[in-house]
Amino acid sequence: MPALRPLHLAAEIGGPPRYDAAHHTGLARLAEGGALDFVTLGDSFARPGPDALAVLARVAPATRRVGLVPTVTTTHTEPFHVSSAAATLDWVSRGRAGWQVGVSTTEAEARLFGRRPAAPAGDLWHEAGECADVCARLWDSWEDDAEIRSTATGRFIDRDKLHYVDFEGAAFSVRGPAIVPRPPQGHPVVVIDGTAEPARDAAARHADVVLVRATTPERTAAIRDDVRHRAAAHGRAPDALRVLAALTVDLGDAETAPEPGLASGPPLAGRGTYYRGGPVDLADLITQWHRAGAVDGFHLTPITPARDLERIVNGTVALLQHRSLFRTFYPGGTLREHLGLARPANRYARAGERV
Amino acid sequence: MTAAAPKQMHLAAHFPGVNNTTVWSDPRSGSQIEFSSFEHLARTAERGLFDFFFLAEGLRLREHKGRIHDLDVVGRPESLTVLSALAAVTDRIGLAATVNTTFNEPYELARRLATLDHLSAGRAAWNAVTSSDAFTGENFRRGGYLDRAGIPRAPGSARPEGTPYTRAAEFVATARELWDSWTPEGAPRPVSHRGRHFTVEGEFTVPRSPQGHPVVIQAGDSFEGREFAASAADIVFTRHGTLDAGRAFYADVKGRLAAHGRAPDELKVMPGVTFVLGDTDADAREHAADIRRRQVSPQNAIAALEQVWGRDLSSYDPDGPLPASDPDPGAELVRGRVRQGDPLAVAARWRALSEEKGLSIRQTVIEATGRQSFIGSPATVAALLAEYVAAGAADGFILVPHLTPGGLDDFVDRVVPLLQERGVFRRAYTGSTLRSHLGLAEPVWKG
Ligand SMILES: Cc1cc2nc3c(=O)[nH]c(=O)nc-3n(C[C@H](O)[C@H](O)[C@H](O)COP(=O)(O)O)c2cc1C
Repeated sequence: MPALRPLHLAAEIGGPPRYDAAHHTGLARLAEGGALDFVTLGDSFARPGPDALAVLARVAPATRRVGLVPTVTTTHTEPFHVSSAAATLDWVSRGRAGWQVGVSTTEAEARLFGRRPAAPAGDLWHEAGECADVCARLWDSWEDDAEIRSTATGRFIDRDKLHYVDFEGAAFSVRGPAIVPRPPQGHPVVVIDGTAEPARDAAARHADVVLVRATTPERTAAIRDDVRHRAAAHGRAPDALRVLAALTVDLGDAETAPEPGLASGPPLAGRGTYYRGGPVDLADLITQWHRAGAVDGFHLTPITPARDLERIVNGTVALLQHRSLFRTFYPGGTLREHLGLARPANRYARAGERV
Repeated sequence: MTAAAPKQMHLAAHFPGVNNTTVWSDPRSGSQIEFSSFEHLARTAERGLFDFFFLAEGLRLREHKGRIHDLDVVGRPESLTVLSALAAVTDRIGLAATVNTTFNEPYELARRLATLDHLSAGRAAWNAVTSSDAFTGENFRRGGYLDRAGIPRAPGSARPEGTPYTRAAEFVATARELWDSWTPEGAPRPVSHRGRHFTVEGEFTVPRSPQGHPVVIQAGDSFEGREFAASAADIVFTRHGTLDAGRAFYADVKGRLAAHGRAPDELKVMPGVTFVLGDTDADAREHAADIRRRQVSPQNAIAALEQVWGRDLSSYDPDGPLPASDPDPGAELVRGRVRQGDPLAVAARWRALSEEKGLSIRQTVIEATGRQSFIGSPATVAALLAEYVAAGAADGFILVPHLTPGGLDDFVDRVVPLLQERGVFRRAYTGSTLRSHLGLAEPVWKG
């Protein structure tokens, strides 16, 4: 039997809107106690809740290891600002930032900006892909060693190591270079939910972590294969992607959960990828799907974060750790290290070397 | 009979990151980008009971002779994200971000600012700058919303016709509508704003924040800028740092408030000032001269000259005399930087200075571009600061240190106690919000 790939686990810490920092910090620390790869915080302009990136920046100094992945949308925002904010989250968290790419499809969101009407998801994901592309270019627009502080020549930076990106997309153009130096991870980790067809290609091209919502391991594996093939077609190494099954979990019945049954496996409820049951059964489900090679890990959205995340960490994750299926400590410091992803080479530095 | 209590001053700390005042060649100069630098300076300022910690903004790297300017500190993080993180490692100090009104949208920015106010329990401030030019515009959705908002751009420019202040004023007003849109009981109510620049329809996603509205700062000196400050801002950040210029500016902006139905106390005048401390006044002067020499390297001196003369002067000796010929009017060698004024007039002034004192190029630039304000022993600096406030030249100061991140340490350790002894600066925070530090009332809810 081939060696199992390491299991990756992440959790969403959003829920009913909360505006105080202590609430979010508490949940992120809980996730960190379980050595989870990262926490996500969903966001949109038209539902109650604070700005997710700001919240996770507030959480950063109060945590040490856990990855921090806010949703930032690309439809009504400026790509230049998005790239600066994500890079800054990486600076303030010392290499733990990610960015879940989102789009705004609704007329309600469009009316908050009054710039343009709602557009079809396909168009918006094309634009989101361009946004992810220009962000990566801006993150590369400073080579890692651009700051030289040469007192002899009076030069603070080596401007040959700063680059105009000169990006011309269908929806926008950006000259560059970034105002923020290249962040600690090179690129913050890009997360895209690739379940829906319009988002799949952007996920295959630009994401480091792809989320998939499917009800069976077979269906999940099929989408994973599709994403990996598409990534290869775009010239990417498929192994540079992590595909996580996204489940909404309700552990409210923890006390009354039936005995774990690895043979048949705990079923998912009818409502899509909604798991309801006990933390032990959840551990079994995770084990089965992962053993089957269907996924690289799971992204769990607790239906009631304050209650369910505690059960995930102290029940499900503890059991997986006990079975040696999940790490008990963080061997590295950055989110890329947790995920086993290399720090991206700088495209401009490579181009420079060839000359 | 006791004398009336002296007027209290406000103090803010400007992070000495990207600019030509930071002495990056100093061995004590640390990172301008690592979070630890921001943490050190913000905590130092909080230890000194400062009103707020301030971050400037620049959305495009400066260029010199068509290439990225490489002599000064460059590379900064995005302000609101750093300040959100700083909210975790500070408790009381205000957190002020400069965020441009031209390359942002009111809904998104109002939401980010309200979020910061919640995350910091009422310490957020916003310096609503108006900078807008085609050079910076190249980093943003070109031909996008400026046109669509019905404001034609000037030919070849990303700047809307008319003045950036009409957009800024509507931007701030729209943000205030959003901040006011939840009832004090916590119920969202729909906003409907239809203006010349913005159309915003729908519900804001963030409840009224701890300060009601984050504190609004204005920086910009024209007639329109001053009117904007008088009508819409809580603080005006100014470059008028000398006693006479400060008093004239102070009288001017305070005098504008009544026309907007506001009392003089509702707008705080805070010049950005530098300081240099020494054990004695003579020490401090020596130290200040040394700082100027390091700020104006030989290469910086030639670059400064090129910016005025509008042509390549790289063959000139920085220790030699100024060019004999006049500048090329209209030539623009530097982009993304506030200009020094009319080049012919500046050149004439610099030449006169050089001839009168027998100064080389570098010495002339050092003399002509210096903006050092408060130089002396801690006692001298404390006395000067108190004098400026007593004389009606300022309500307080935004201090710009020369060093990242330790540039405020001496001020907090040595000057703040003297200000406290004089009774012109607080001995403890009395409230927890920035508005409470500034003595500003929470805005009346206009639901
Ligand atoms: C003290 C001061 C600080 C400023 N800081 C910034 C800044 O950090 N970022 C920016 O883009 N513009 C900044 N500005 C520029 C102003 O927003 C404005 O664009 C400029 O002063 C022109 O307006 P005016 O003609 O009214 O002076 C600053 C201006 C002043 C006076």
